[in-house]
Amino acid sequence: MQEFLADAALFLPVLLRGLGMTLLLTAAALAVSIALGLLWVLMGYARFAPLRWISRAIINVIRGIPIIVQLFCIYFVLPEWGLDLPPFAAGVLGLGLAYSVYQAENFRGGLSSVDKDLIEAGTMLGMTWPVLMRRVVLPLGIPAALPSLGNTTIMLLKDSSIASTITIAELTRAGQLLAISTFKNGTVYLLIALLYLAASLPMAAAVRALERRFARK
Amino acid sequence: MIRLRGVRKSFGERDVLRDVSFDVAAGEVACLIGPSGSGKSTILRCINGLESHDAGTIEVDGVAVTPQSLPQVRAAVSMVFQRFNLFPHRTALDNIIEGPVHVLGQPVAKATARAMALLERVGMASHAQAFPRHLSGGQQQRIGIARALAMEPRAILLDEPTSALDPERVGEVLKVMRDLADGGMTMIVVTHEIAFAREAADQILFVDGGTIAEQGPAAEFLSNPKTDRTRLFLSRVRHPL
Repeated sequence: MQEFLADAALFLPVLLRGLGMTLLLTAAALAVSIALGLLWVLMGYARFAPLRWISRAIINVIRGIPIIVQLFCIYFVLPEWGLDLPPFAAGVLGLGLAYSVYQAENFRGGLSSVDKDLIEAGTMLGMTWPVLMRRVVLPLGIPAALPSLGNTTIMLLKDSSIASTITIAELTRAGQLLAISTFKNGTVYLLIALLYLAASLPMAAAVRALERRFARK
Repeated sequence: MIRLRGVRKSFGERDVLRDVSFDVAAGEVACLIGPSGSGKSTILRCINGLESHDAGTIEVDGVAVTPQSLPQVRAAVSMVFQRFNLFPHRTALDNIIEGPVHVLGQPVAKATARAMALLERVGMASHAQAFPRHLSGGQQQRIGIARALAMEPRAILLDEPTSALDPERVGEVLKVMRDLADGGMTMIVVTHEIAFAREAADQILFVDGGTIAEQGPAAEFLSNPKTDRTRLFLSRVRHPL
């Protein structure tokens, strides 16, 4: 026990730096996934049919390829075509793209929960499609999507560990390096697991609070 | 003011409207009565363009209702719904100024001043900041009427405005409608409230099987219905037992 505590004190500063990178990566990828997810879902609702096809195609393709393969494509293959992204940017883009399809599903669920009668009320007032979206559908649909969006964020936090494979020094990679150089696998991986939990449990609580708030309405 | 000629509409195999024709003059109140599923609501929804009609013509102020004319038509004709359809994320006041500000482009201050006058008119001035979920059905429907009036329409369509209300709350909404009628507003009302029709309507149209089965001035229609079908319907509505 005493040895564990001594090792923990030694390893924690390194691992906490890794956790910081994990949180930064998660936050940046979350922002990208939300922006792209909203784009896919709005394209999916467009009157112009080709936009809907493109949205559907993008979602099916991205959903069908493992995240690690997408990251490798962005980090190792794109440079051969002249697009050489630094690791962090490649990680944000890869995770954000991969998760945008789940966010699109979250938003679609939220937006389709908006009562058709309210869309009729807006239509009756003479609202055009963009006004209807901005004033009725999005303000009601996005809050309805928040609980599932929170769950997706927890998954994203954990999947950000995949970015360790493209040399980003986030929590998992920082731990791997420690474990390799100290052979203290048990201590290191236990600490990593605890740190991921420490980050995800508050998020889970926030999701539950959101769900309760919507159950009340 | 509103003119329908030979209007037809079907949902798939089902013919909901077959050959509907009638006129409502400016300032007139027309009540549509008839059994459920006869097409009364569909007539209103076609006038406002919430549904498209398959054949025939609908004119509002001389403008034919087509996909291209819908903005113009909706500016002229507002609608009140059976289930109110208020925006749940906005206060009573914000529900009313929503159209004037975000469709007509009025300044918020002007729209708010007008909305407060309308709230006064429907007896809801003290509930301006209330959210719909905190209001009774009758109160919500009065906000619904104020929201329709805020667009300064030439006519309003009311689709069974009191059918979803507690019996005790029906009167407060009918009173507002009565005041509107007396003020010269052109109205088409789908309703089962025969008493309202008798007192406020200029003409009554009996809709059955997707067509106007009988029509006439309110007093005459109610005291001296011409067809057996109308007589049967009126006696059932008046004497449910």
